[in-house]
Amino acid sequence: MSARNAILKRLRERLDGPLSAPESDFTVATNRGWSEEERLARFERWIGSVHGEVVHVDEARWTEALAGVLADKGVRRLALGKQHPVAAEARSALADADVELVDVDRDIEQWQREQFESVDAGLTSTRGAIAETGSLWLWPTPDEPRLISLVPPLHIAVLDADTLADTFFDVVEGHGWADGMPTNALLISGPSKTADIEQTLAYGVHGPRELVVIVRHAGDSAGISR
Amino acid sequence: MSGQTPGVETYTPREFHRQAHDALGNPQIRANFRKAMDGLMSKRRDSFDDWDLETLRELGANIRLRALARLPDLLEQLEANCEANGIRVHWAEDGDEACRIVREICESHGARSVIKGKSMVSEEMHLNAHLEEAGIEALESDLGEYLVQLNQQTPSHIIMPAIHLNTDEISEILHDKTGTERTRDVDYMTAAARQQLRERFMAADVGVSGVNFAVAETGTLCLVENEGNGRMTTTVPPVHVAVTGIEKVVEQLRDVPPLYALLTRSATGQHVTTYFNMISSPRKEGEHDGPKEVHLVLVDSGRSRIYQDDELLDTLRCIRCGACMNHCPVYTRVGGHTYGTTYPGPIGSILSPHLMGLEETKDLPTASSLCGACGEVCPVKIPIPDLLVRLRKESVGEGRGNVPGAGIKRTRKEVAAWKGFQWLATHPGAWRSGTAVAGKLRALTPAKLGAWTDYRTAPKPASTTLHALVKRHQASKSHEPNSKSHEEER
Amino acid sequence: MTAVKLYPPRPDKVYLFGTCLIDLFYPEAGMDAIRLLEREGIEVLFPEDQTCCGQPAYTSGYHDEARAVAAAQLDLFPEPWPIVVPSGSCGGMMRTHYPQLFAGSDLEAKAEEVAGRVFELTEFLIHVCHLDLEDRGEPEKVAMHTSCSARREMGLAETGPALLAKLGQVELVEQARAAECCGFGGTFAVRHPEVSAAMVEDKTQAIEASGAKRFVTSDCGCMMNIGGRFEKLNKSIQGEHIASYLWRRTS
Repeated sequence: MSARNAILKRLRERLDGPLSAPESDFTVATNRGWSEEERLARFERWIGSVHGEVVHVDEARWTEALAGVLADKGVRRLALGKQHPVAAEARSALADADVELVDVDRDIEQWQREQFESVDAGLTSTRGAIAETGSLWLWPTPDEPRLISLVPPLHIAVLDADTLADTFFDVVEGHGWADGMPTNALLISGPSKTADIEQTLAYGVHGPRELVVIVRHAGDSAGISR
Repeated sequence: MSGQTPGVETYTPREFHRQAHDALGNPQIRANFRKAMDGLMSKRRDSFDDWDLETLRELGANIRLRALARLPDLLEQLEANCEANGIRVHWAEDGDEACRIVREICESHGARSVIKGKSMVSEEMHLNAHLEEAGIEALESDLGEYLVQLNQQTPSHIIMPAIHLNTDEISEILHDKTGTERTRDVDYMTAAARQQLRERFMAADVGVSGVNFAVAETGTLCLVENEGNGRMTTTVPPVHVAVTGIEKVVEQLRDVPPLYALLTRSATGQHVTTYFNMISSPRKEGEHDGPKEVHLVLVDSGRSRIYQDDELLDTLRCIRCGACMNHCPVYTRVGGHTYGTTYPGPIGSILSPHLMGLEETKDLPTASSLCGACGEVCPVKIPIPDLLVRLRKESVGEGRGNVPGAGIKRTRKEVAAWKGFQWLATHPGAWRSGTAVAGKLRALTPAKLGAWTDYRTAPKPASTTLHALVKRHQASKSHEPNSKSHEEER
Repeated sequence: MTAVKLYPPRPDKVYLFGTCLIDLFYPEAGMDAIRLLEREGIEVLFPEDQTCCGQPAYTSGYHDEARAVAAAQLDLFPEPWPIVVPSGSCGGMMRTHYPQLFAGSDLEAKAEEVAGRVFELTEFLIHVCHLDLEDRGEPEKVAMHTSCSARREMGLAETGPALLAKLGQVELVEQARAAECCGFGGTFAVRHPEVSAAMVEDKTQAIEASGAKRFVTSDCGCMMNIGGRFEKLNKSIQGEHIASYLWRRTS
């Protein structure tokens, strides 16, 4: 008998008989009831607590904030997509800037060393974020592949304030994740870190050393703290 | 098998006492663990501040129970959904078979170099040693695992593998093995390791990772991490092999958020980890990165045997957070290596006997004062103290015989002692005279009572037993009926 | 953790299960428990045929032997009075493990019934007697060591300290890692003496560092362990069972 069938047979012919499965009450994972302001405050507090930087900006002027971040961080080569509006708008806004735009719609095999060694930052969109834990959620695409949020030393993520949800459970349920998962779904909460050397926190161990979240606010920019 | 690799420091559960003795006599080890465990305990406490922790634990236990109740169906569903997504699923009866499967995948790609994300199951099956025997280099990429591997050791904790080492020791290891400067600058050391490992990620032919939760509903593998090495391992090399125990499956995607919330808080007191990485397929047509092949190896290694028994089943609820060891006063004193098993601490003491047999691990179920701290913090409410007692029962041959090596500790001498205890405690007259005599002979109590009196004075029986005092008290009361001071009833 | 327990009104009579350690080594603690209860107007019945709850055999895995010993104790409490146990360890054994030990046997219902009447002494004094105390002692700093069984198995982290708080002249001092095990653990101290010694060493240091001149505990196993360590080191810090401490300061 194959290992598969032998294992399944043992599990099915359980000595103490079949088990009955309990129902689950998920109330504790949802129903936070936070207002938009509370959501945003929590998101910012939590992601800030793990060295994520948050920049608030009026939606219409977000590329100016991007340019500011790039200048602040001394980014000379920025990896980004082409089709997503975030990428497209960034590309046109940065066309004349002193920043080289690196195409990411290439198979990684063609440019792995370049990506690892000579890209200063990766720019990505996000699908939303989670207030309770200060987490961004990303579903990488051919336009914005998996590694651009991981390999460059700086990850710049663009988040629309109105896509913030309360909890991870709310995101999974509210966006019907179970109906079709992408190749890779990611929660990102801050830059890469480790505490493996005597519990001392150090950032940027394998992934980005820095994470900047540009939070775009629609229309009326009241409440923007910066 | 790792024990046969030259130079690798070896520990075995058979030598628990000797290893405990050595660890207890090592002030550095004692200090490193005490400091680390104190920090982890306080961080865990703080991290649950906002939560209705009991309700969340209840839900966590319930999700794991439900998954186990449907385990064979869920494994088949997981397999079908993974295969439909393009992930190839393999089944292994034991660690050797799992090693063979991983090796054959490597060989089919002519792989010489494997990069590893943290995986306790791969430790359990001694994958690195197996691959190295086949001429395939396996390099750990989790910083703690990397340090431990450089130092030719095994992890001393399931979440923080290098927790037995302090900054100076780590500096020395990196200096010796990789030529970095000696320093106490953690950022410098981290940056050095980053540099060293990035080359290896690029050069690796295969990435091997573990799995925290495998979701049957969608065929999704979830990995929890802070460093990003897990994402590197599962994205950069052209082939990704995930190895996991068959119990890691959960039914639905919605089961994941509560378990993730419990895991990070219980493990390191973090409200969330940096990355939660959910993999549902290899690179699809048109995608530009990620492995072109993804394999999932489901390992049994004794788990289906644990599954047979209603009481032992609870062992399989574990989500590998390590909170039980962080809160264990024994683990805190002796450290992880002393246990000589892949999984140290309380969870190790209830799991290892099933994986390795009681003959090998007979000192582990007793290596607990049954203080209950482990059960109190377990995020999925595994009754660890009860399971320790159950394994003690199996060891002395009074259990159900559902554990390999059951009865191994049953000795004529011990049985006679407990039978003697039983006789005395069920013969009240004999008990009373026996205890009374002990009191009369108290002056003769030996000043040395084995190891007890190496550290403490010997307890002396009282000159009069409680039984005798009560008798006297009752006699005196019957002479002074009004001596009691009565309070008004409230 | 024990579920929230509903406490009965104060009864006229209780049984006292004295425990084997108290019987043999610390009988005065048992007597003081009796005195405290009697002062509350409660008649204390002490079944003469009591021996040991069976826990040492139970935790060692010798469940057939433990069951025989436990079965002998089940017969000692025929009337529906509460059973007061001046030990969290033995109390936990009787309340939690008796039902497990007899599950599926003829004695299951009886074990459940007896278990439902078991109260640890400090629990009983606080939650059933609603004890008031008039402190007649000198001002003093004490440390409390609540046994792990009382704290976690019986869910009684607060009852001992609550009793001490009723003593006006007594200052209960903070100790580092108060909830950590002292290393006794019954046969654990015998099977793993060096680990146990490391634990009691830390416990005695924490108590000493707290500035207390005395420690109070509700379990004689812990007292034997911690007190024995202090004595071995020729330290003047004394241990006392909480029943004795309360009685001594209020009588």
